[in-house]
Amino acid sequence: MAFLTGHSGAGKSTLLKLISIMERPTVGRVMINGHDLNNITRKQIAYIRRDIGMIFQSHQLLMEKTVFDNVSLPLVIEGHTRKVIAKRVDAALEMVGLSDKTRSLPITLSGGEQQRVGIARAVVNRPPLLLADEPTGNLDPKLSMEIIRLFEDFNQAGVSVLIATHDLGLIARMQYRTLTLKNGKMITDGLDDAQEDERS
Amino acid sequence: MSLLFRGRQKGAESKKVGRLQLFLMFFTDHLRQAVNSLGELWRAPFAALMTIGVLGFSITLPSTLYILVQNTEKISEQWQQASEISLFLHTRVSDADAQQLIKRLKLWPEIADVNYISAADALVEFQTLSGLGDALNYLDTNPLPSVVLVTPTSKHASPTAAGFLLDKLRKEREVDIGKLDIEWLERLYALLKITKELVTMLAVLLFFAVVLIIGNTIRLNIMNRRDEILVMKLVGATDAFIQRPFLYTGFWFGLLGGIMAWITVAIILFWVDSSLEGFMRLYQVNLDITGMDMRSLLVMLATSVALGLLGSLLSVKRHVSEIEPR
Repeated sequence: MAFLTGHSGAGKSTLLKLISIMERPTVGRVMINGHDLNNITRKQIAYIRRDIGMIFQSHQLLMEKTVFDNVSLPLVIEGHTRKVIAKRVDAALEMVGLSDKTRSLPITLSGGEQQRVGIARAVVNRPPLLLADEPTGNLDPKLSMEIIRLFEDFNQAGVSVLIATHDLGLIARMQYRTLTLKNGKMITDGLDDAQEDERS
Repeated sequence: MSLLFRGRQKGAESKKVGRLQLFLMFFTDHLRQAVNSLGELWRAPFAALMTIGVLGFSITLPSTLYILVQNTEKISEQWQQASEISLFLHTRVSDADAQQLIKRLKLWPEIADVNYISAADALVEFQTLSGLGDALNYLDTNPLPSVVLVTPTSKHASPTAAGFLLDKLRKEREVDIGKLDIEWLERLYALLKITKELVTMLAVLLFFAVVLIIGNTIRLNIMNRRDEILVMKLVGATDAFIQRPFLYTGFWFGLLGGIMAWITVAIILFWVDSSLEGFMRLYQVNLDITGMDMRSLLVMLATSVALGLLGSLLSVKRHVSEIEPR
């Protein structure tokens, strides 16, 4: 689990987009688990993204579909049976504490709840990598903390989590590796002995 | 499935989808998406009906024309006497010889019927019809030849076959001149051929328009669901998966348009049939208009579905890949 920080425009989002191949690097390479993303063809991108759970500040939910439909989307795409989908969606919603909102439309939920629906969708197909772009962007500190705790749980379960945020207070309270970007360059990689093994 | 983490030992549990299940779910997905697409049309029936109408009417026009051409061909087949062949015999041929010839000709498989008009009969007929009556009496000899009228069987009544038969008949020793009243028949066939080509051209043009219209409708659908497509791409949907519902929409447009064309054609034929009846009585021909047989109906539906699919395919290939999360 690691944090990614820096002023706006420093390149946090761009880095996340490079990892999820929403953008391609003009120079350099992105390596994940020894694979060079430059070698990934357009057709393979979809399969790469199935391994990367993404959480957005703007949630990116389908407002006219129910919470269940939103969360189940990655599983439907992967071609799971109805039974498996229902089971896993329930489990994911349970984790984020929204079991009772299955049939609601996202539009009727609060900002924090919508964010948690987004998180449930990101983890429902159990990706090994989780990227979060300002997941606590417009949440109050208490909610933010809850969400970070959720990420910690996923991390415990073996998921690598990278959180881009400019909420320095939040980062200070958590003892995790912090990467700081400035003008597109990493100025500290936050790597010291104590935190090295936190890296997943 | 996983490209990056193949053989990942543990951690985030990686129970991926097996091959058999993937295969089965492929069909389940297809069925589900097909039904969903149909449901979507149902939810916006007016817009869907307009598109289906365009498709249906565009197919109705060439189909109706095609049926008309087919029926005209059928009518022209009934007028067999068109290819009646007149054989003018040499004047030296006696009546007895002529009878011999007729007996021989009756055995030919190509010939349905043979009529004989002797020179004397012809002269009498000419006298009464021409009004030259008395003048002809001054002639020493009868200048008219005997005539044998040959009616070919329906199989040999077409202009070319009748032409062959004529050539064969001319080789008969007794025959001086053979004539086939074929010209107007040839004209009719030529006209039919041109009409057929026109129908084909018209059909091609209309089909082209239909493809464009369907393509545009699907493009609007895609644009309307842009956000949904973006999200689907973000969570790892392949282009094929995203395209499928739109292709099914095209399929339904095609099928429903085809059915609509079928109904319209049936109505038009019913209409035409009643007004044609009087016309038929005038010309003393019996004709039941043949509507669509099973084969042409299937061809029409298949064409319609193919057009719908083609239109949506063109649109989908272009526009789905254009939408990329940024």
